[in-house]
Amino acid sequence: MRVNFGVVVFPGSNCDQDCFYVIKDVLNQPVKYIWHEERELENFDCIVLPGGFSYGDYLRTGAIARFSPIMNSILEFANKGKLIIGICNGFQILLEAGLLPGAMLRNRDLHFICKYVYVKVENINTPYTLLCKKRIVKMPIAHNEGNYYIDEAGLGELEKNAQIVMRYCSKKGEISDDFNPNGAISNIAGIVNKKGNVFGLMPHPERCCELELGSNDGLFIFRSIIEWFKQKQ
Amino acid sequence: MRLKAEIYISLKNTVADPQGQVIKSALNSLGYPDLEEVRMGKFITLTFNAKDIKEGEIKINEMCYKLLANPIIEDYKFIVKEL
Repeated sequence: MRVNFGVVVFPGSNCDQDCFYVIKDVLNQPVKYIWHEERELENFDCIVLPGGFSYGDYLRTGAIARFSPIMNSILEFANKGKLIIGICNGFQILLEAGLLPGAMLRNRDLHFICKYVYVKVENINTPYTLLCKKRIVKMPIAHNEGNYYIDEAGLGELEKNAQIVMRYCSKKGEISDDFNPNGAISNIAGIVNKKGNVFGLMPHPERCCELELGSNDGLFIFRSIIEWFKQKQ
Repeated sequence: MRLKAEIYISLKNTVADPQGQVIKSALNSLGYPDLEEVRMGKFITLTFNAKDIKEGEIKINEMCYKLLANPIIEDYKFIVKEL
């Protein structure tokens, strides 16, 4: 199965090369960089919005990137039901663009947090998690604004539609404030849109796809995407 | 008409403001123990042209809604004056 991945590059993206590397060299899939001024997404199956500091995080994280020329095409791409995954800053951009509900606040204790955390995969019926065997996975986070916020009604909607895909947890899978690194409401680490084709997450799966890096728990996300296309065929 | 807008953006009251909390504890330790609450926001000034103040206010409101503030977590208010 060949899935054509596209990794969008904004000025200030800095995880684009890691995503590219994992897709090309670890998963042997075709992948191309897409400069943020481009508009053509016709030949892609799955778009990755990588982490980084697009536009220096000026104003708010993701606020300026959301108006890049590529974003109109991304909106259309999403509306067609195609797959878009936003990692860290990519997640923040998806929120600002309104492709996912909610917003990001500064981390509760105002620190930039860069460490491995455990997350529980709460929904394995998405194109991004269908191959998830271990429900508790170890992935690195690296962010200053990962304190996910949504109002009560919005949170209710997310829960009702099983849109919460990942929650921060302990090594054993307990979900509580003690294992919440950034203050995110309901320990939310990743969500999908209602249709399930747009996924945003704060942990970096592209940084944990080889055991040499301390964990290869991120692989299942990319492999799930490929498997999803295989099953669809 | 040349206009100047002063825009104030703050987190909604229902949203926790970690920066405000830290500033508050810093002020507390500087010897101001009676502070009730500190909330931090942004202040943006803009100079621009519009037919009149009313048109200017409509433009600024649009800018705030589309880009300058995130209505999910932030409130904004502004003053538009003639330069």
